[in-house]
Amino acid sequence: MPFIPHTEEETRLMLEAIGVRHIDELFDEIPADLINEKLDYVPPALDEAGIRRLSRKSADADGHYINFIGAGAYEHHIPAAVWQIATRGEFYSAYTPYQAEASQGTLQLLYEYQSMMASLTGMDVSNASLYEGASALAEAVLMAVRAQRRKQRILMPVSIHPAYRETTETIVKNQGISLSNIDYASESGTIDMSQLSDELGDDVAALVIPQPNYFGALEEVDALVDLAHKRGCLVIAVVNPLSLAILKAPGEWGENGADIVIGEGQSLGIPLSSGGPYFGFMCCTQKLVRQMPGRLIGRTVDADGKQGFTLTLQAREQHIRRSKATSNICTNQGLMVTAATLYMSLMGPAGMAQAAKLSHANTRMLVEKLTAIEGVEVAFNSPVFHECVLRINTDVDDLIRAITAQGIIAGKPLESDYEELKNCLLVCATELRTEAEMDDYALHLERIVSKR
Amino acid sequence: MTELIFEQSTAGRINNAQFLAGTPAIDDIPESLLRKKRPGLPEVSEMQAVRHYTRLSQLNFSIDTQFYPLGSCTMKHNPRICNEAAMYDGFSGRHPSAPDSTGQGVLSCLYDLQEILKDISGMSEVSLAPMAGAQGEFTGIAMIRAYHEARNDDAREEILVPDAAHGTNPATAVMCGYKVREIPTLDNGDVDIDALREAIGPQTAGLMLTNPSTLGVFETQITEIAELVHGAGGLLYYDGANMNAILGKVKPGEMGFDVIHLNLHKTFSTPHGGGGPGAGPVGVNERLVPFLPVPKIVESSGEYTLLDKKDCPQSIGRLSCFMGNTGILLRAWVYARLLGHDGMKRVADYATLNANYMKAKLEQAGFEMAYKTRRATHEFILTLKKEKAETGVTAMDFAKRLLDKGYHAPTTYFPLLVPECFLIEPTESESLEELDGFIKAMEEIQQEAIEQTEMVKSAPHSLPVRRLDDVRAARQLDVVWQEEQT
Repeated sequence: MPFIPHTEEETRLMLEAIGVRHIDELFDEIPADLINEKLDYVPPALDEAGIRRLSRKSADADGHYINFIGAGAYEHHIPAAVWQIATRGEFYSAYTPYQAEASQGTLQLLYEYQSMMASLTGMDVSNASLYEGASALAEAVLMAVRAQRRKQRILMPVSIHPAYRETTETIVKNQGISLSNIDYASESGTIDMSQLSDELGDDVAALVIPQPNYFGALEEVDALVDLAHKRGCLVIAVVNPLSLAILKAPGEWGENGADIVIGEGQSLGIPLSSGGPYFGFMCCTQKLVRQMPGRLIGRTVDADGKQGFTLTLQAREQHIRRSKATSNICTNQGLMVTAATLYMSLMGPAGMAQAAKLSHANTRMLVEKLTAIEGVEVAFNSPVFHECVLRINTDVDDLIRAITAQGIIAGKPLESDYEELKNCLLVCATELRTEAEMDDYALHLERIVSKR
Repeated sequence: MTELIFEQSTAGRINNAQFLAGTPAIDDIPESLLRKKRPGLPEVSEMQAVRHYTRLSQLNFSIDTQFYPLGSCTMKHNPRICNEAAMYDGFSGRHPSAPDSTGQGVLSCLYDLQEILKDISGMSEVSLAPMAGAQGEFTGIAMIRAYHEARNDDAREEILVPDAAHGTNPATAVMCGYKVREIPTLDNGDVDIDALREAIGPQTAGLMLTNPSTLGVFETQITEIAELVHGAGGLLYYDGANMNAILGKVKPGEMGFDVIHLNLHKTFSTPHGGGGPGAGPVGVNERLVPFLPVPKIVESSGEYTLLDKKDCPQSIGRLSCFMGNTGILLRAWVYARLLGHDGMKRVADYATLNANYMKAKLEQAGFEMAYKTRRATHEFILTLKKEKAETGVTAMDFAKRLLDKGYHAPTTYFPLLVPECFLIEPTESESLEELDGFIKAMEEIQQEAIEQTEMVKSAPHSLPVRRLDDVRAARQLDVVWQEEQT
């Protein structure tokens, strides 16, 4: 019996102590007609060697590809120490630090994490994480609406990740909140300022600003923030945390900075893993801290006046306030945050800036190599961080199939989410891509495009 | 006390092994968009970082180091092979938006998990998309709402929740735009069915129920409850927090539930990770199938595909950017295959045996059970109100003193209905010696409460810190380190 230590003799002794003869008697309060031990699908148990063989076979079937795809999840260097330390049993198998005295390791680490994120984003406070980027945006929207009271409309640029919009829609739609689209300018691929200005009415609770946006392009954040604030509307910044090693912190955008900052934390030491687990981060101004969802760790002192850490402002949360809580969120993504904190400590500000710069430079090099091919051009003229939209003079779905067969993931096709971006491909080259890999990609692409 | 990582930082120190080679330029990004001031991240050597976080880890209690009988959390053994497998390159290196053809391995495992969960829950279909129990709850209630709306049944504005329910239940109902009405509990721990009958009506969208309940007993009137809710046109939601008690024995679908969520970080042993990540798959019966969230994993002649909103127009939509907590789902799949067909039922058997053994022994030692006449399920509640009245020692004091004795405390002061309570859940993976050790510790504290009251009231005495000032933490909020403070 896997993971059950009882010997027959022990089981007998225990049943005797309870005063029953058989384990089945312990279930005698369950109406008999509800007991059904028949399982039709679940196969017989595997031992550890068996499951290792089966898992390895499945993992190997997925093979190894050279990723030129980003679109919300990025293949970055992860120091070996990150996961070796994060999976120490004391981190891996502990739970939410309800007993603070027995959880100082996790609590101090989370306090350090909050401090790192606040500094990276230039904000006053950070929570201890949310599930991932897209649902973090939904939580930010709910938070902005709470803070703005009667205002129920959110301006959501079309240039944000389409899955972020969809997720937000799913989560907020039953609370009477409406999401209005703001188009992108067709040349720059960034927020259309004149449409934005028209839409910024009294009923708008917040403007969402992605930086970089889904197309990799850099928005004019200073002007956007100032315009939004002038019209009495909050700013929710959606950012890539690694980019903040070199890009202006949202807390410094415009005159007064963003009000809420969220994003996907995956680029801080989390493997791609087909989409999760990742973690969402959320930072905000001091003024909004009581509207925040999720766990928050505070530094305090113990009975001897010694420094210690504890869960704080729990009166916002579901286990205290129940139906009046700021969110139903309970567990967050502790283990992922452990990894991210290790990542930021091991890389340091210099290492992270270097990874960000290399990703930028590699993407630039990739774009140069690919656009040298006839029939391949850059779709937008804005500066980018580490992703870029290419318009290709061939059927992109066929192209992806052909290049995948060569062991390369060519990028993310955009047409299914943006009708007008037919045969457009969002590409990315992080610091891990080599020039040889880019040449290889270019070679295959040229062969395919020239066949037309 | 361990110094903060920031206090170990030295300006200009670089961990060169992680400073990747190259001289990249960023001269094509306008100055106005660039960062002027470096972020205040620590500048430490690799050894400093490794040593610091290793030391921090050693300040934690965890399943790997201590008995952790936290009620309703199912802190069972986390097999290492589950982590190893999820970290295999083919799984961990795959990009979520890469073509489905490059993910047939991972998708086949997830599909297998889906089928296993269908089998044990007795539901028609399962979605693996929700990332935690609370998100599973949200998904379930959002589907209930979509179901009523699709039938133009718009007057249903209330969700019923027993007063013993976990806080996420009412919070979830509100997130889905519902009003919450609480149903009282009888002295024996069952739902007050007369009160339920009174409360139920054409305004009822559904009832959220945990069974076994958070009171550590099996709700015996479940069939009658289901009939009542369905009779009024409402749907029945199953919170799978306590599935470990009935795994392989009772299927929620056969109890009459229309929609369920399961906590894989409980029943299927995925790591709690200091507070997540979890995974909260949902299962539904036929009438809710069209509303399941996307992406949806389907199989056709041995080929696996992810469907999105365009393929499933009635779906409530997406819950995350990609495919939920895939790596956690993989760990749960490995665990499920290790248990196999016969192992499922044994989990419930031995989790229940351990709980009833502890209940019997603690009762013998003079502790009062909240529901004496009832069998324990995989957990049970004892109340320390007598101890408090006699010595002034509270459940919190008992909890802190247990830490001194090397045991993580059970869940305290939850459910809110029982005064001075401990919700104790040993799980099936604990041995008789461990259970006896905990019982002995409780007996010792019982004595200490009488003979050394102050010592117990000021516990813990042997941990890295003593009791913390929570009031100060909230009043003088310090959630971010600032250089000038130190």
